[in-house]
Formats: sequence, structure tokens, C-alpha cells
Amino acid sequence: MKGVAITGMGIISAIGRNSEETHTGLKKAISGIGLPEILATNHKDLPVGEIKLSNAELSELLHLPEGHCYTRAALLGACAISDLLKNTGYGEFPEETGFISGTSVGGIDLTEEHFYDYIDDPGTRRFIPAQHPGFTTEKIAEYFKISGLVTTISTACSSSANAIALGARMIRSGRLKRVIVGGTDCLTKFTINGFNSLKILSQSECRPFDNHREGLNLGEAAAYILLEAEDCINDKPVLGRITGYGNANDAYHQTASSETGEGAYLAITKAIAKAGISSTEIDYINAHGTGTINNDQSESVALKRIFGEWLPEFSSTKAYTGHTLGAAGAVEAVFSLMALQNDEIYPNLNFETEMQETGLRPVEILQKKVLKTVLSNSFGFGGNCTALIFQRDGL
Amino acid sequence: MGCKIYINGISNISPQTDSVFEDQAPLEYETNILPSLKQDYKSFIKPMMLRRMSSAVKMGIFCAKQALLEAEVTMPDAILVGTGQGCLQDTEKFLVNMLNTNEGLLSPTSFIQSTHNTVAGQIALDLKCQAYNMTFSQNAASFESALIDALLQIEEKEVKNILVGGVDEISPQFTGFQKLNAQIKDENLNNLDLFESNTPGTIVSETAAFFSLSSVKRATSYARLIDVQVLNILEPSDLTRRIERFLEKNEIAEVDLVILGKNGDNRYDRYYDEIQQGIFSDKCQLGYKNLVGDNNSVSSYALWLASKILKEKKIPEIFMLNALTCNKPEKILIYNQYLGRNHGLILLETCDF
Amino acid sequence: MSDLHTELKKSIIEQLNLEDMEVNEIENDEHLFGDGLGLDSIDALELIVLLEKDYGIKLTDPNQGKEIFSSINSMVDFIEKNRTI
Repeated sequence: MKGVAITGMGIISAIGRNSEETHTGLKKAISGIGLPEILATNHKDLPVGEIKLSNAELSELLHLPEGHCYTRAALLGACAISDLLKNTGYGEFPEETGFISGTSVGGIDLTEEHFYDYIDDPGTRRFIPAQHPGFTTEKIAEYFKISGLVTTISTACSSSANAIALGARMIRSGRLKRVIVGGTDCLTKFTINGFNSLKILSQSECRPFDNHREGLNLGEAAAYILLEAEDCINDKPVLGRITGYGNANDAYHQTASSETGEGAYLAITKAIAKAGISSTEIDYINAHGTGTINNDQSESVALKRIFGEWLPEFSSTKAYTGHTLGAAGAVEAVFSLMALQNDEIYPNLNFETEMQETGLRPVEILQKKVLKTVLSNSFGFGGNCTALIFQRDGL
Repeated sequence: MGCKIYINGISNISPQTDSVFEDQAPLEYETNILPSLKQDYKSFIKPMMLRRMSSAVKMGIFCAKQALLEAEVTMPDAILVGTGQGCLQDTEKFLVNMLNTNEGLLSPTSFIQSTHNTVAGQIALDLKCQAYNMTFSQNAASFESALIDALLQIEEKEVKNILVGGVDEISPQFTGFQKLNAQIKDENLNNLDLFESNTPGTIVSETAAFFSLSSVKRATSYARLIDVQVLNILEPSDLTRRIERFLEKNEIAEVDLVILGKNGDNRYDRYYDEIQQGIFSDKCQLGYKNLVGDNNSVSSYALWLASKILKEKKIPEIFMLNALTCNKPEKILIYNQYLGRNHGLILLETCDF
Repeated sequence: MSDLHTELKKSIIEQLNLEDMEVNEIENDEHLFGDGLGLDSIDALELIVLLEKDYGIKLTDPNQGKEIFSSINSMVDFIEKNRTI
């Protein structure tokens, strides 16, 4: 199966302001995790993957007028898509370009900042609708003059992976010729306090799949890819193709993953079937690997169930960017595409000891390997599990 | 599109009882924020689960189970939920706690329940359903987005039964803020006077409506869903052209009646005026927000209404916006927008053909 | 039953939204999780917050909770030994 063509990508995260910087960061194994400087939280001791640009600086990069009401997630999203646009050769997106964005908390950064101002300060009331995920998506759409199909998926940490899958299905069905898919989420007090209350934040840099892992680091990012129908590609380079996607629900617990990794197992199995390949054809897995006790255990079990003794090279890149929640699936889609294009596997930073239960060992240093097929996993609260398969063009 | 997708089970919770469809007098409200009518949730949800659930989750599970029950489906092949504002009550609880304690010691339950996919996730948990599970949160186009996903699923021929629903709840402060930016009317009014108000804003409410869709028609099917479209921005002058294109694409020459999301906001009702006085001036026109209020997924109520009309072949007078009626309702178009954005078109027809 | 037993039961009912439950319906030696009262892992996190808020006890290792939260009796024991407020 040929799959849906990816003709552009753009990203901003703690390891780079665009695709080029990001690729350099990945290759040099430079982590973006550090203490918060921009997020106005009291939890100054909790490491995060923060983009070291204030909202004012981001607004300037985007040439936005003063007094705008873009959420931070919208600012990041517009930066990532500007990067994408530059790399596609389009001056602006053609009419009828669709936009499907994933986000978990959308614009809650503005709600938490202005919650007590709304009553007395009418000047802040323009931020009231910003709370809802669709607002962030609409702001980005507005920035790029996209007026047709615009929608938002909010399935916690698998949001943007689901946005990518839906986009691919829209192209396949002929409903759309061209669609920007991905996601954005920024650091907020809401999420850092929320994850802290769940006691799953690590006090140090996260160590996915390590036996002594202590939790995750939150991060912020936006990443998008452009999907186009065959008759729109012309002579544009195809960065890769989405050939498989699978979505399943763990149906086990509102936040925790099952010990058997059932949801993950089902999602990956569906994605492999959709791609029409065998599991042995997968050359690399970009794992969800958040660094929490629960996720990494559950995901490892799922991987072992599917791949048995023939587990391909895998790594979690969360120690680079932090867990960027709704954006994570798209961030890792971009990483997967970079891996495919450059025949590189980016390492799982901070790994030392294999997990007692499964004994899996991720890739620890940058590895060169001819890659044709990459699997990327994203799992979220609410039992939402999604797996995507990207393949090299022309297979 | 050509795919066949049938509505086999329906259920809704709103500020009105289903008897408004039987021409019973509607409930009247003098406030601008309308809560949903309480249900016997205990009959459908285990008490240990129920204790943590906000309105949206309760309404969602309740309607989901009723719709499935009617369609005689025990396990759907996909669960799709549209919710524009998600779990507002738990989000508010956690946020207020966090702000008031200045990021102090916080209880995690409300954070856990605050994510937008809580309703879809809890339905999956309750049904032990490991199938495809999706949540759309695109303001007033959330439910329509979920319907588009349902259409794709049936086209892809991978599933047979799909549970799809729209749900939005109200919460004290967050919903209250909508009074401050002219989303809710300044003056209190009787809901039945909504369309004559001629002021900015509307009345808001909490509602849920769920549907059991299937690729298989039953003797008891309500209707056939033909197509759905969302458009983020368009000018009122462009609306007619977009509707014509949508109908043409689906090879529908004419619809018999339209259900409009008119909400009494004098800044934006011109979208509806445009087609009421234009392309649909000779058609039966219905409205419903004077009865059930407005919210981000209330177009799911419109689909409930359309389903009832097509199955029972009658049009309750209370919903009529003009003097024209329709003896044989066979094709219905639902159109909704909010604040001039997130335009949604839902097209369905009788399954008698 | 000590005052602490009753106080604890009251706050558990409140904190965990056990709406229809009365203090005397929770036995001192009844299992709080699983077959007994039927609490789950989300409740366990709420109980950790409760210990810290009401009794100034910080649980650093969530696994500790398993034994401490096995019944009202075990919680009372632990609180009496470790409370700072």
C-alpha cells in the first residue's frame, strides 16, 4: 500500500525553534530539559522541556499586532506551521487546505492567568473563549487564512497522533486534497500541578524505560506535517508516507495503563494490519516512553507481546523534549520522518539499567541504520492509545 | 459519498423532556443558563463510578447506553464524542483550587476528570469497549466533526456499529464568564421569547444527545445520515453558495425542511435570515434553541429532532419558525453556527426509500 | 471507636464523595480497597493528600500506601505514630 504522502513538516520544541535546529539537537543528543524560566509557577524545582521564548518574543517572530489574544499554544502552533510552510515552497496554503489540530489543554494558560481579572478588567475579557481547545486551532487557522475544514481533536496525550491519522483518512477518502495535521500544547500551571498531584513528575531528568525511572518531565511543543493527495504532489519531494494507523482504548482505568498493555497492543496491531506489513518489517520504534513507572512497564509488555524476541531498535525521545502532551504524537512523527530521511535512530537519553520486569534495552547513542519503516506510539489518559506507521517514499 | 449509514438508536438529555415532541407544553425558564433535567442516573451507572462524575460524564454515559439499548447494540465498534468545552466542572474545580492555594497541595481527582476525553473514556470503561475512541473539541463544530469521523468509518467499511454523541455541561464560574463577553444575554428573558429578543447574546444550557449509527438498516431505524460538512469561517453572503454546493455534491435537488441553530443573537442570526428569506423561503423552517438553549454541541439535539421527525413523520408545532409546514418530511438539512464561526451542515433523509 | 476513627471516616466519606455512605457503615477492620469498600487507585491518591493535609504526614513512596490504607484501623495506627499536626 502506497500510503498518504507527507510533503512538509514544521516543529518548535525545547530542542529547537525549527526543523533544522531540532534535527541538530537530536543528532547531538542535546536535551532540552531544564528548570522553568518562563512558566510562572511556584514549582521552580521541577524540570521541564520549556521553549525559551516568551509570548512577547514569539509574537514578534510572528509579527502579531499588540493586544492580540493568541494563546501560547497558538503562538507555538503558528511558529511550527511557518516552519512547515517555508519548507514546502508554498507562499501560502492553497484554498481548501484543511486543518486538524490536536491539543490537550488548549488555552488554559490564559484562563489561569486572567481568571480573577475578568470581572473587574474588561480589557482581559477577550481571553474568555481562549480556554477551549477549538480557539487555539482557530487562531492558527486565522493566521494562515484557512477557512474550510478546521477541527480539533482532544484525546489527551494522543491528540496529535489522532489528528495525523484522521488527516490521512480524509485524504484517502477524497474528502480533502490537502491537510495540515499535528498538534500543540504549552506548559501551564494547570498541567504541572495536575501531573504533580498524580505524583508522576520526576524531580530530575526523565529516564524512559530505565529500571530506576521516577516519572515524566512535562514539555511544550508544536509540530505539524502536510498531507497531500497524489494529484497535488507534482514534483515536490515526499518526506515519507503514512501507511498505517491504529486506535484502541485500554478501557482499564481513567489515567493508568493496564499491566498487560492491552490498548497499546491493539493499537499497534491495527496499525501494522492497516499498513499491510508484518511486524518484522518495522525497523525502528519511537516509543511513547514517558518515564513513568506505569507507562513504560505497560508499553514494554505490549511491545514484547507483539514483537517477541524480534523487537527492533526502539527509543523514547521524551528526555529531549519532555512530554509535550497533545503535541507529543506530532513531535514524534516529525522525529520519525527525520529518522527515515537520514537513516538515523535518535537515542533514548538518560538510560542506564534495564527494567526488571521486561529487560528491554533502548538505543542509547545515535545509531545509523537504513530505515524503511518506523512505528510511533502515543498513549493518553482516558485509555486512548494510538500507533502510527511511517514509511519511506517509493517502497 | 454513497455510503449508507443509519441512525438506529437515539437518546438525549436537555432542559426539556422528550414530550415536547408530543406537543406537550414546553418547560419555561426565566434564567439565561439552563441546566439539564435530572435523570435516574443510578439505574444506568454504578454508584462507585457515579460518585465522581460531573454532569457531562453522567449525561454522556446515560445517553450512550440508552441509544445503544434502543439499537440493540451491546458493544459498539467505535465511540465518538464531540464536546466543545469538555469537562468544565472538574476543570473549574481544579483550577480554582490551584489558584486559591497558590499551587498548594491539590487533590488529583478533578484533574484526572478534567481532560476533554473523559466522557468518551468513561463510556469505554463502563462498556469495557476497547474499540476506536475519539473526542472532538472544535467549539460549535465538535459534534459535526465526530459525525464526519463516523461517515469515514462506515466508508472504510471497517466497522458496523458506531456510537456518536455530543455533550456539553455548564459550570458556575466558567459558564458565568460568558455573560461578561456578550455570549449570554444581559437581560433575563423567558426562553420562549428568545427569537424575539433582538439583543446580543443567547441563553446557554447543558445537553447531551447520543446516537447508535450502523451500516445496517433495521425495521426500527430512524433515518439515513447522508453527509456532514464543517466550515470554519464564511460570510453570510457566501452561505447560500456553500449550501448549494453541499447539496449538489450529494445529488440532492431539494430538502423538505431545515432545522436552524438560530439563537436570538442579533449580531449573528443574519446567517439564518440569509437562508430563511432566500434559498429556503418556501420550506418549513424549525428552530430549537428557544427550548433547549445553546451550547457547543447542541446541534446533536437538532439531529435527535430530525431523527424523530423522519421516523414519526410529524412536525411538532412548537419548533416551527415559519407558517409553512411539510406533509411528508423526507429530507432534512441541519445548519448551525456560533458567533459566525464553526458552521456545520448535517444532511439526512428518511430510510423508507 | 476512638474519635480519630470517626473523624477519619467522616473525612474519607467527604474527600472520596461516598455520598450515600454513613460513618457507621464503614467497619474498622474492613478492607478499604478491593472486596471491601471498593476504593481504587484514584482514591489512594486522595488518601495521600488527606494524610498530608489533615495530619501533616508526607508519604514519599506511593507503595507505602498499600499497607497503610488497608483498613481504617491500619490508617489510625499509622496516623497516631506519625502525625505532625
